[in-house]
Amino acid sequence: MALTTYLEAIRQALFEEMRRDPNVFCLGEDIGVYGGAFKVTAGLLEEFGPERVIDTPISEAAIVGAACGAAHLGLRPVAEMQFIDFISCAFDMLTNYAATSRYRQGLAVPIVVRGPSGAGVRGGPFHSRNPEAFFMNTPGLKMVEPATAYDAKGLLKAAIRDDDPVLYFEHKYLYRRIKEDLPETDYIVPIGKAAVRRAGTDVSIITFGAMVHVALEAAETLAREDDIQVEVLDMRSLLPYDKEAMAQTVRKTNKVIILHEATLTGGIGGEFAAFIAEELFEHLDGPIVRVASIDTPTPYSPPLEDFFLPNAGKVMAAVRRLVEY
Amino acid sequence: MRYEVVMPQMGESITEGTIIKWLKQIGDRVERDEPIFEISTDKVDAEIPAPQAGFLVEILVGENQTVPVNTVVAYISDEVPASAPDTQPAPAEAPAAVSAAVSAATPSATAAPSNGVTAATRIDEADVEDASETTDAFGVRSSPLVRRMAREHGIDLRQIRGTGIGGRITKHDVLAFLERRQAAASTVVAPPATPAVTPPAPPAPATPSVMPPATPAMTAPAVAAPPPAALPGDEVEVVPMTAMRKKIAERMVLSKHTSPHVTSVFEVDMTHIHRLRERNKREFEAQHGAKLTFLPFIVKSVVDTLRAWPALNASIEGDNIIYKKHYHIGIAVALDWGLIVPVIRHAEEKNLIGLARSISDLANRARAKQLKPDEVVGGTFTITNYGSFGSLIGTPIINQPQVAILGVGAVVKRPVVTEDDAIAIRHMSYLSLTFDHRLIDGAVADQFMSQLKRTLETFQATELS
Repeated sequence: MALTTYLEAIRQALFEEMRRDPNVFCLGEDIGVYGGAFKVTAGLLEEFGPERVIDTPISEAAIVGAACGAAHLGLRPVAEMQFIDFISCAFDMLTNYAATSRYRQGLAVPIVVRGPSGAGVRGGPFHSRNPEAFFMNTPGLKMVEPATAYDAKGLLKAAIRDDDPVLYFEHKYLYRRIKEDLPETDYIVPIGKAAVRRAGTDVSIITFGAMVHVALEAAETLAREDDIQVEVLDMRSLLPYDKEAMAQTVRKTNKVIILHEATLTGGIGGEFAAFIAEELFEHLDGPIVRVASIDTPTPYSPPLEDFFLPNAGKVMAAVRRLVEY
Repeated sequence: MRYEVVMPQMGESITEGTIIKWLKQIGDRVERDEPIFEISTDKVDAEIPAPQAGFLVEILVGENQTVPVNTVVAYISDEVPASAPDTQPAPAEAPAAVSAAVSAATPSATAAPSNGVTAATRIDEADVEDASETTDAFGVRSSPLVRRMAREHGIDLRQIRGTGIGGRITKHDVLAFLERRQAAASTVVAPPATPAVTPPAPPAPATPSVMPPATPAMTAPAVAAPPPAALPGDEVEVVPMTAMRKKIAERMVLSKHTSPHVTSVFEVDMTHIHRLRERNKREFEAQHGAKLTFLPFIVKSVVDTLRAWPALNASIEGDNIIYKKHYHIGIAVALDWGLIVPVIRHAEEKNLIGLARSISDLANRARAKQLKPDEVVGGTFTITNYGSFGSLIGTPIINQPQVAILGVGAVVKRPVVTEDDAIAIRHMSYLSLTFDHRLIDGAVADQFMSQLKRTLETFQATELS
């Protein structure tokens, strides 16, 4: 059985959903003839034609705006941001228009806005963003970020079938590094449900996206070298996020680290920490610890980028401090 | 800090007291438990000791004045008054916390023995202890989880040596402590569970409770609450139980654990009583100020029948059977916020009018939260009238330490085959008797029920037309 990469899983989801539902179409910059900057959409144009695989001008506001209009008329657009950093150009369409439409006028906006996010590939400040915190404070949006090929496919299918606007952040570092055996049958991964990636008893790491793999690497080392059993919770969905799963792991280990790749201050780890402090205070046996990128733009210099990002070493140090607390 | 000195409740039924003499004057230093005034009630005269050390700084109720219980009669202060002859500083053990007023009906209020009563202050003893411990425990470093575990398991954190950073007590320290404590406890032989036999009458004054109390030996120990299984989320709401709900839960489980419950159901023709009611109810209410429901008829019949079957008006204590010579009948009253069982004391001394009035009065005051503590204790048999909500047949739970409870189903019109093989429309009700099979065998229970059925069906009401 051939292993499927994270990128190929996304591509499969697009093909399968477009075959399943003629209302699904893709639009974005260079997604047709060129097949997308990362080749996620390669082959779509050949199979589905230029009416359903639309190369757009370089205007993210126009892409998302057009997607909203098409959605109102019954279509299910999947808009690609060539790099997720550029989603800021569509910020108004997403936060003021798409997120509020159902509440303002009872019109659903079943769009997916997807694109490559994250650092670690020497992309510098414009091609490395993790933008979830920009949108966390926008009711009406949903946000997902898969960490595995299985979830990449299942969450994209769920996002396309969802009647609300869903931001789908695919981590470019994982595109070709993560591979797994996928089921042949149609499946989705429900939005709003987290997954325990590794069971443990001493400390919980709550994380998502590429950081799931960093957490797992740290957990394996800690188990081997320190006999510390770390539980790793992959949130998968960021909005809405799985409070029950979070509560379960906090009740189990009583010590929690929140790990994300976006920078620390104002990151969504603050929201998670606030929820835990409010609802699970009496289950805490130590402070809620955040591990995140340091508060600067993503450096272009490789040594600086390595210094900037969370890694297994930083996570292990945080776990050891918290276990001793 | 000033502490209130209140007129103590000198007995279950005492509502007021008269101060005969002040033994201390304003400005005098008083020690805790030192007599400060003398009172007279319609039962006893007594010297009342100070609830609190300090200085008597104010007297509100003079000699020969009569005031209701719980009225503030004086203030004691732990600060030296300007005019005090004694300049010794107040002892440092002064409590730091004053709780909200301890109402007489607080279920957790410590039972005060009727002899050697101290004047009740509005300071909750438990709070005082907690407060002083907290003060001393300020230096203990722990975590929210550890503090919760300590609370749930009744651990004084000062007993635990912390192994966390800076001596912080961690979850693991508490778990290790609990393990050691359990190991130590299991090596101690459990004390015999049989309580000493108490004289059968009169019933000992007991802790006021929402349900008539168990004997001390039967009171379940406080069990640490496990963490709730439900998680905060959209589909559940986690609400802590009220004190009453906890008490009800505790007592229901206690009863089921204590007595093997058996329920026997009899069908009773209430047509005769129905007619008596219909004929008399308007005039009865106008004349006596209480509704003539089915219940007084049932209470009267139950008391009459209990006289013939003393095993149902009894309780078990250790290896002894206590037969009660009085008939204190508990009546379950449903409240919006729970359930309470006020007791008609000496129901055998009351006629139908007295019973109707008692029932009406107790039920009204139960709903208005105005029952006195001694009105919910000491029952010898309980009646629950779930029929008022439409239930036909129930299997009530025995109100410990009683041994039987009668459930009254709804009175409904039903076609009945009469003695002479005719079909008649009669007012019928199912009565359920749940009894404690340790003491009462089925034959006894059913003979009781047969006689109760006969008494009801041929009810003799001399008070009614």
